[in-house]
Amino acid sequence: MPSRHRAFLILASLALLAALSIGLALTVGSLHIPLVDVAAALAGREVPDIDVVLELRLPRALAGFACGGLLALAGALMQVLLRNPLADPYVLGISGGAGVGALFAILLGLPVLGIDGLAFVGALGAMFLVFGLAHGDGSWTQTRLLLTGVIVAAGCGALVALMLAIAPEDRLRGMLYWLMGDLAQAAGWLPALLALVVALALAMPFARELNLLARGMLQAQALGVAVHKLRYAIFLLASLATAASVTTAGSIGFVGLVVPHLVRLATGNDQRLLLPASVLAGGVLLVLADTLARTLIAPQQLPVGVLTALIGVPVFLALLSRQPK
Amino acid sequence: MSAPLLETRQLAVEIGGRRVVERLDFSLDSGERLAILGRNGAGKSTLLSTLAGLRPPATGAVLLGGEDAALLAPREAALRRAWLGQFHADPFGSTVLETALTGRHPHLGRWDWETPRDADLARSALAAVGLQGMEQRQIHTLSGGERQRLSIATLLTQAAPLYLLDEPLSHLDLSHQMAALELFSATARDGGAGVVMVLHDPALAHRFCDRALLIHGDGRTELGAVEAILTAATLSELYGYALRQIEDGGRRCFIPE
Repeated sequence: MPSRHRAFLILASLALLAALSIGLALTVGSLHIPLVDVAAALAGREVPDIDVVLELRLPRALAGFACGGLLALAGALMQVLLRNPLADPYVLGISGGAGVGALFAILLGLPVLGIDGLAFVGALGAMFLVFGLAHGDGSWTQTRLLLTGVIVAAGCGALVALMLAIAPEDRLRGMLYWLMGDLAQAAGWLPALLALVVALALAMPFARELNLLARGMLQAQALGVAVHKLRYAIFLLASLATAASVTTAGSIGFVGLVVPHLVRLATGNDQRLLLPASVLAGGVLLVLADTLARTLIAPQQLPVGVLTALIGVPVFLALLSRQPK
Repeated sequence: MSAPLLETRQLAVEIGGRRVVERLDFSLDSGERLAILGRNGAGKSTLLSTLAGLRPPATGAVLLGGEDAALLAPREAALRRAWLGQFHADPFGSTVLETALTGRHPHLGRWDWETPRDADLARSALAAVGLQGMEQRQIHTLSGGERQRLSIATLLTQAAPLYLLDEPLSHLDLSHQMAALELFSATARDGGAGVVMVLHDPALAHRFCDRALLIHGDGRTELGAVEAILTAATLSELYGYALRQIEDGGRRCFIPE
């Protein structure tokens, strides 16, 4: 168990890392801008290419940081809620629902705002569907919740495949980029960043109770946790955080699964440290991955979801193979 | 006169619609030890978790320290009773000390972190069950018996006045079984704790408890002092198997015929 002092040091270094990653994202690109110019531009001074930094790279980096943080937080919460280390933010069908909404909007030719709106509606729809079905018999067990989520996600996957099959050629590319996760279209960094701050602020007061919940529902209840209320709250919070992220940047994979595990390996499983550290680490990872995504084969851009998966799969396999049991 | 640690009023317990306990009235005072005995599936564990306020009674009420367990906030209940369950699944890693420290949860405020005093309490609880020196071990690496003793240590760290123990001896070897029973007896005798334990060995119940509650599984229960109620006749009926009773120096032993 980390002491308060150690937790603070770890979080401070991660915050520094976050600032550095965003700084890197602002300087690197098809147009290289030195760090001093970036700093000057941020300070409000007039420098050449200021527009690139302030209007393109900064919003994109902030959106990336917010989405990475939201996904990592949602992943950590889902792993506690389902008491399953393999749970991720998408396991309960939230991204499937958002995908159905977003692809439907693209199919209709709606503008970005319409795509985001329908994606959010789809995410909420999936959330309430899973909640209602899993809660049907009042048991609300982890297994039932997990199974319901997996089935709803599979149903959404079928609808997504259907829409891909009937979509006209010129819309397909936009659909695929959305499905793989893409920050190029991320218009709204402010709502995502606000969602991240609110979600973390809501989760932190319950961090020690989450430690107990991860050990078992009855044990947690016996030690004084209002288990049922807490599980509802965690389900809603994780789902809304996921919905905020997929609405902003599509379904970016692996951040929500891998980051909590990486942090857990490095710092232990105390949620009081794990939750904020995951937020920072998830943000850093996504900002770095997105910077790679738009520079690797510049001027063409890769969807960032491809990169997080390419980084995430080997990292996760390595983690699995070194698990003690 | 303060309220008893535990009291039931016309308590009924159901499992899947089947009444396993009916109209149960008893109370447990400070320093008392009660054994619960019965066949597999008779409802011992369900009764115990009902006594802990972890599941609602079918009818009637459970009172913890004089207040209805159904109305107590979970944290307040956790300050009045500690509950030892039968099953531990640990999907995530954790150290032995961290696990023992979870017992301090009801004593800490929302933003509090465990203090050195809490850590000292956890360490002495670990020492009491013979796990000293293993504070930094990962719980995955513990044997079944060590994991069970860690659960007992967590219970001691919780420091509630009432212990509700579901098969506290499971996975323990003979010497640790005796150590665990001596430990809870000492807690009752010296610390004034109340202890309710589900046991499978009537001889140990006779030796380490004051009273025994026999659960027949069809709603019938019998409660009495161990001397009177733990006899070959009642136990043969309880378990549905003929037992012979042997006395040796005030201790009783029951041998299957």
